[in-house]
Amino acid sequence: MEHTSLLERILRGIALALVVIFFMFPIVWILMMSFQTNETILRIPPQLVFEPTLANYTALITGKLMTAAGTLDIAFMRNLWNSVFLSVTSVAVALLLGVPAAYAFARHKFRGSEDIAFTLLSFRFAPALLVLLPLTLYFQKLGLANTYIGLIWVYQLICLPLILWIVRGYFEDIPADIEYAYRIAGHSWFATFRKIALPLAGPGIAAAGLLAFIFAWNNFVFALVLASADKQPVTVGALAFITSSGIQYGQISAAIVLSITPTLALALYAQRYLVEGLSLGAVKG
Amino acid sequence: MTAATIQRNRPSGFRISKRVLPYLLSLPALLVCIGILIPFLTSVVYSFQRYRLSQPWARQFNWGDNYISFFTDPKFWNTLEISLLYAGITVVLELLLGLGIAMLLQKRSTLNNFISIMLLMPLMTAPALAALMWKLMTNPGFGVLSYLASLIGLQDFRWASSPSTALLTVVLVDIWVYTPFIMILLLAGLRSLPTQPFEAAALDGVPRSFVFFRITLPMLTPYILTATLFRLLDSIQQFDIIYAMTQGGPGDTLTVFQVEAYLNFFQSTNVGRSAALMIILWAITYFLSNIFIKNWLRLRERARGHA
Repeated sequence: MEHTSLLERILRGIALALVVIFFMFPIVWILMMSFQTNETILRIPPQLVFEPTLANYTALITGKLMTAAGTLDIAFMRNLWNSVFLSVTSVAVALLLGVPAAYAFARHKFRGSEDIAFTLLSFRFAPALLVLLPLTLYFQKLGLANTYIGLIWVYQLICLPLILWIVRGYFEDIPADIEYAYRIAGHSWFATFRKIALPLAGPGIAAAGLLAFIFAWNNFVFALVLASADKQPVTVGALAFITSSGIQYGQISAAIVLSITPTLALALYAQRYLVEGLSLGAVKG
Repeated sequence: MTAATIQRNRPSGFRISKRVLPYLLSLPALLVCIGILIPFLTSVVYSFQRYRLSQPWARQFNWGDNYISFFTDPKFWNTLEISLLYAGITVVLELLLGLGIAMLLQKRSTLNNFISIMLLMPLMTAPALAALMWKLMTNPGFGVLSYLASLIGLQDFRWASSPSTALLTVVLVDIWVYTPFIMILLLAGLRSLPTQPFEAAALDGVPRSFVFFRITLPMLTPYILTATLFRLLDSIQQFDIIYAMTQGGPGDTLTVFQVEAYLNFFQSTNVGRSAALMIILWAITYFLSNIFIKNWLRLRERARGHA
């Protein structure tokens, strides 16, 4: 049914090539910079061929930066660890809180259930600083300022709505009859939840968890406002790194590469679920 | 034997727990969120106060003064203008580009699927880090984009550090990060459309432009609306890209709502003005999100096969 002329196919090919170049170029370029010394980076015109070096990565991993002025300590590994810890713990907490709630919203239409679900959804769209700025003052009074607990709590703003609405959709897709049948056989609601609903919604829960991890990892403003240097994740740490390390562009590139690799890898692994997750369960891929 | 007789045989505690159970299940999630609602209310109170962190003794209610002063405050109008401009430009460009790319990739083939997965990578890059990547590439000393600009005759093109091109530069980063978002949603929409109308149109020899405007676009509208409103809601609140790239500068070229509120709070320690700015932004997003949720629900029903 398709009648595509040669000219049209060529034009499509060119358009696609341009699209791929535009979206891939920055990642490829930063990756290349991360394997270069400052001398090759500063050369004009920019070099496509160079002798790759691992010095940038070793400097980051050992935490010692050799400069002409002497040795500088860099805490980038600390930032990386903070990112891992904050994201993993936030997602774990969000799953513990969100999955039972998602089940309640999917299976029981109780008074106010929709209002509560939409209130949670609206958090996703409220300006972050509206809540964050007063929260800094409260956190200082409560002793939660610059603590992991405080950050993990605030990270629920990102993780909970996502998990609640995606997992709810998966629970709704399980025919209620399967659960009734199991209940009639004399099992408690908890056994039904654990043995029937959870395994059937398992892939969806895993996908929601991975997505929540990506969004928690990529978050910037929460930690910028609430955390100081020793608790900051990579997104904030990399920004501070630029000003502190001066002109060590290779190390900055290597830091960016290390910071974006986990989310890119997870996204490729979970790409089947991304459409559903990004639309909060409204579009299936 | 029916389910009803079974239930009657159960211990009496069962039925009570059935009514309470959903509340018990959702209570922990709720409690965590109530903690978030308190600062929201606090923001409302702050926005009606004269409150500077540097002069805590002078803190008092001034009622609408923060809001009224906005009318005669050129900085506020600049914030409003740049926020709307940023959101408008990014969303329109991303929608056009995203739709175009989705149509290029519509046919299911190994290459198309591979490209659509590759295009997800910018979207999964933290926006703040994406801004840093572009900052390195547009560095006037060694940035590859500055070099390319000089090749086409733009000597000394300043990108984000010049007031005339700062908006262009952050818009470019926003497009790089978020076009794939619109693309992937519209691609899913395009691929889920029924094939019969298109086959019928092809049989009748209907021109392509007619098929696009009269069949594809109308059928795709719910997806376009959801994707656009989603982006609009995020874009009008953009903070990460702009703050990481220029911190609102040069001067106050890029002081969009959230950046301006952040600077007001932490640099001029003017909590009252900062809160009032956030309340106005919240009112805008509340209005938009109500339209969004209606469309979003319709799509969600469709995806679950109820409509």
